[in-house]
Amino acid sequence: MPDVRLTVNGAPREGRCEPRKLLVDFLREDLELTGTHVGCEHGICGACTVLVNGEAARSCLMLAVQADGAEITTVEGLMRDGRLHPLQEAFREHHGLQCGFCTPGMLLTALDLLRVNPTPTEDEVREGISAVLCRCTGYHGIVKAVRAAAVALTPAR
Amino acid sequence: MKPAKFEYHAPSTLDEAIALLVRYGGDAKLLAGGQSLVPLLNFRLARPAALVDLNRIRSLAYIREHDGQVRLGAMTRQRTIEFSPVVARRLPLLREATRWVGHLPIRSRGTIGGSIAHADPSAEYPAVLTALEGEIVARGPKGERTLAPAALFETYLTTTLAADEVLTEVRLPAMPEGAGWAFEEFARRHGDFAIVGVAAALWRDGARVTARLATAGAAATPQRLRACEEILERDGLGDTAIAAAARRASELVEPDSDLHASADYRRHLVGVLTERALRRARETARA
Amino acid sequence: MSDRWIGKSVRRVEDFRLLTGRGAFIDDHPPVGNIHQAAIVRSRYAHARIVGYDVTRARAAEGVVAVITGEHVAKETRPFAVGVTTPVHYYCAATDKVRFVGEPVAVVVARDRYLAEDAAELVEVEYEPLPAVIDPEKALEPDAPVLHDKVGTNLAGHRRLVYGDPERAFREAEVVLRERFRFPKYGSTPIETYGIIARWELDGVCTVWSNFMGPFIMHPLTARVLGLAENKLRFIVPPDIGGSFGIKSSIYPYIALIALAAKHAGVPVKWIEDRREHLLASSSGTDRVAYREVAAKKDGTVLGMRFKWLDNVGGYIRSPEPGCSFRPTGNFVGPYRFQHLDVDASVVMTNKSLTGPNRGYACGHLYFETEGMMDRLAEKLGLDPVEVRRRNLLRPEQFPYRTPTGGYYDSGDYPAALDKAVHIARYDELRREQAKARAEGRWFGIGVALAVDPSVSNMGYVATALDPQFRAKPEYLPKSGAVDAATIKVDPLGRVTAILGTTPQGQGHQTVVAQIVADELGLTPDDVTVVDEMDTFTRVWSISSGTYSSRFGSVGTSAVALAARKLRAKLVDYAAHLMERPAAEVEFRDGAVRPRGGTGPAYSVKDLAGRAHWNTESLPEGMEPGLQATAVFGFTVARAVDAEDRVNSSNTYGFIAEVMAVEVDRQTAAIRILKYVSVHDAGTIINPMIAEGQIYGGALHGLGGALYEELKYDDDGQFLTGTFMDYLVPTATEAPKEIEIAHVVSPSPLTPLGSKGLGESSSMTVPAVIANAVSDALAPLGLRITELPMTPSTLWHMIRDARATT
Repeated sequence: MPDVRLTVNGAPREGRCEPRKLLVDFLREDLELTGTHVGCEHGICGACTVLVNGEAARSCLMLAVQADGAEITTVEGLMRDGRLHPLQEAFREHHGLQCGFCTPGMLLTALDLLRVNPTPTEDEVREGISAVLCRCTGYHGIVKAVRAAAVALTPAR
Repeated sequence: MKPAKFEYHAPSTLDEAIALLVRYGGDAKLLAGGQSLVPLLNFRLARPAALVDLNRIRSLAYIREHDGQVRLGAMTRQRTIEFSPVVARRLPLLREATRWVGHLPIRSRGTIGGSIAHADPSAEYPAVLTALEGEIVARGPKGERTLAPAALFETYLTTTLAADEVLTEVRLPAMPEGAGWAFEEFARRHGDFAIVGVAAALWRDGARVTARLATAGAAATPQRLRACEEILERDGLGDTAIAAAARRASELVEPDSDLHASADYRRHLVGVLTERALRRARETARA
Repeated sequence: MSDRWIGKSVRRVEDFRLLTGRGAFIDDHPPVGNIHQAAIVRSRYAHARIVGYDVTRARAAEGVVAVITGEHVAKETRPFAVGVTTPVHYYCAATDKVRFVGEPVAVVVARDRYLAEDAAELVEVEYEPLPAVIDPEKALEPDAPVLHDKVGTNLAGHRRLVYGDPERAFREAEVVLRERFRFPKYGSTPIETYGIIARWELDGVCTVWSNFMGPFIMHPLTARVLGLAENKLRFIVPPDIGGSFGIKSSIYPYIALIALAAKHAGVPVKWIEDRREHLLASSSGTDRVAYREVAAKKDGTVLGMRFKWLDNVGGYIRSPEPGCSFRPTGNFVGPYRFQHLDVDASVVMTNKSLTGPNRGYACGHLYFETEGMMDRLAEKLGLDPVEVRRRNLLRPEQFPYRTPTGGYYDSGDYPAALDKAVHIARYDELRREQAKARAEGRWFGIGVALAVDPSVSNMGYVATALDPQFRAKPEYLPKSGAVDAATIKVDPLGRVTAILGTTPQGQGHQTVVAQIVADELGLTPDDVTVVDEMDTFTRVWSISSGTYSSRFGSVGTSAVALAARKLRAKLVDYAAHLMERPAAEVEFRDGAVRPRGGTGPAYSVKDLAGRAHWNTESLPEGMEPGLQATAVFGFTVARAVDAEDRVNSSNTYGFIAEVMAVEVDRQTAAIRILKYVSVHDAGTIINPMIAEGQIYGGALHGLGGALYEELKYDDDGQFLTGTFMDYLVPTATEAPKEIEIAHVVSPSPLTPLGSKGLGESSSMTVPAVIANAVSDALAPLGLRITELPMTPSTLWHMIRDARATT
């Protein structure tokens, strides 16, 4: 059984698992980071989205062994010094979540989107978050939250 | 939905990868971006004895210009293509098509080689390869060969690549300065596979028009619409010629019916999208 | 009370943990050790006799601790009770036959899910395939394959309900219209799937942790199936559920199956449903064939209607079906005044997966048909569709209103809500825009839909499925009720904790409860801790408990308000005693009990808590020590169905008025929503932000069913939409960008806060309003929508065929 050594949320972590074990299962079970959720296991719902070397990717479509040597960010890694990330704040402010199950995937997808496009239009936000399925919110609160976060994250001129 | 057991190898050179394919005698699958393969593994629709992971072979990911061509290593991520200045300048059609490929998180991992080798009839990259008359390079135990799209794409999800071959490079002729382009797609939802897609490129050289058109989702493989190209090359880029080319496109294709759309509807859409693509391409083209 | 928290968009207390990955969903925190995992072997045939099993290879596979099959299920469990007299035997796994693709046939328990799936592939089942039938009308034809041999027919139940004198209404009508509709099979597919952990204790108690949402009538149902006394079956529901929308009502057969597997395994067993399983064999709404007739006068007054329904419940009828027909009995007539109704409701079994409550439960179907008929009536009479509805609406002075079918509409002002919707939509302007668009050859349409939004089901409604003669038998026990409970306690430091077991699935119950308690006790929501975790051993509950049928906003909040008021009364009495004054001379104001008028000592909740806990001698004589109160709120208007088949199937009734403008693309037949106005009357709104979220979410569920989602089968019963690539859940780009939402507030006289439920809301109206809008858009072609989903390919074919015949 191969060893997997990686960095998760800035901390070195390791585990050991079969090659077929999916990254999302490894994160949840071996590393006990249950914030990342399983929604479909075929790459469509986006609930399992994490950042792999800074880029959003579906952890249900990666094998844990493929993450050896990688830097992963999960939802647990968004807070800084006990304070919510501006994106998390914005979701709370604008009712961007109801049941919270898609939320981790939505947050990391939005984070990547905003890094690539810091000033998105509404259409660009909708397009960007169409990578994650939500059944609760109708996306309305989420779009508002991401747009507000874009403003909050733009450095003051 | 968990994968069945498999042996796993992550070679760091291409030669090792090929040797592994030979060793498993056809019962190993190459793992590139994983965005198409891993779902199949999770559903246990694919049950290879072994996976040969190409992601550690750094020499397979690059974008280079060479002699009027742009050469992309097979493991170049779609996301890299999306933001590449070389691609933006030399292959704007490829960049536009890339935005239709799934969603950004898919493109973070998906590769150009993987997409082409997977040969989904609705995929965008095979259509662009066909439209721009590109070619791929494949390497196996017996050496290297290049393949044009018509010789590569056999049918749904099937290429002529042998079980012990690795698609290593995608070569596309750089689009001439002043070329116009458009990728039109109709899908049920944003990010879905195309119901139908049309890749169009055209450029003028004085009075001479060159047109390139290919479809996605209108047949088991991407279809080059040469007869439509001839209409434009003969009659120019006016509205009448474009409309005639669009009509001809509808006639040329033999789509299938599926859950999402009937054959007749697809055929109709090919005409609609061809017209839209040509009009947009015309707009962006400069003499 | 000075600060009012009710009516404010208080930020949710749930969000912090959900945003930081600290949610407590069923698969997150193992409640016990040594948990093994199950994989379910499922039928690949739609209809087949089970000849035999061979599990030797599976049992010997790596990490396997148990394998059970339908043989064990048949021997060791009972079939589930269901509210029809037809002798359908529905077990938690297939026993004699499989009746739909995906039906469980065996369960493997192993160390982990990967190994369990490996072993599941080694289970051999021998089948004798049989012909399949999937269409409800075909299933009733004489030569149709019969699913349940003992039943002899695929008809699971049939009722004919006659209210008033429909024969006469149709005889006297000046216009009679008929139409046939088809409503598709779809489900809300929450992003979190079913999850169950079952463990048998040494004292014979079976504890099951699961994301079950209620109604808790399924608890005794399941206990009976397992041969357990009810107090030996413990259901625990985690604090967080990843969405449900009715779908997690139907997890109970899997609870029985996994509990049985755990019994055999001798270890705790977890089963987390995967997405393929969810699409294949969880739950959905029915597909329905409906024949509708309307009898009306030339001025548009509806005299009566006839409904003839064939609802397809899949391979077995299971509880709480036939709610698919009878859940809206009380509001069959919707918001209209007509008194004469004839309902012919058939519930049919075919080789499809099983049904149950799905957001909008039976109302999406009802209003798609009724509102479609109202538009046809308007067209036939040359009247505006809004005007035709206006002429038939119940008037505000008629409330509270008893419908001919037994519904008791507690409050409402339907004309005001319709007027508001029309006004916000700028309806006249839209019609002018339409005229202009039509002149340009564009397909621009306007749709209207009105609905009575029923919330808090009265458990008695299911008995409408039974014949009145059966119900009249002395041994028959009538059913009725809709209750919920809350306990509020104050600890020695004055902190207030509210305890409930409402099984929230994202609706923000903790936040709403804190708002209510804060208002009642003069606190801020931050002062109130809310624990909302269901446990049948520790919570006060009844068979109607749970969060479904939009009930929390109505019955849940009422229980909380009453418990808070009870507690407040006790605090007042105690403080009065300490002040040595009669209780009438003091009042609860600004967070403390104070003398009415004038000055004097005031006692805050904290003061009183300290004294009550630390110095019980200070309590008045006869007062029970401690500071807590429990209230169980029940609706007295929830009565059993009467001999005339009248039943108040819900307890509070809201109203929805929607207007939508669409354009159908001439080239691609894609539908574009140009305007969407939605006016809701859900009584008192406790948290406007949460209410708005429910409307947006409900609307998108309705839109999904209308345009994108369908659980499809081929004629042989093979399932065609088993992945999210084929079952199309709308993304943010398909969702309407803006819904112009407005409220009308007609507080319910039945609830302490005047609130009704809002959870299903526009899921009931969107299929109707968008179908009406598209029909209006295509009216120049003589086309009307009678079927959903409206996909571009389907519409394009309709349009092409219509043009070919003109």
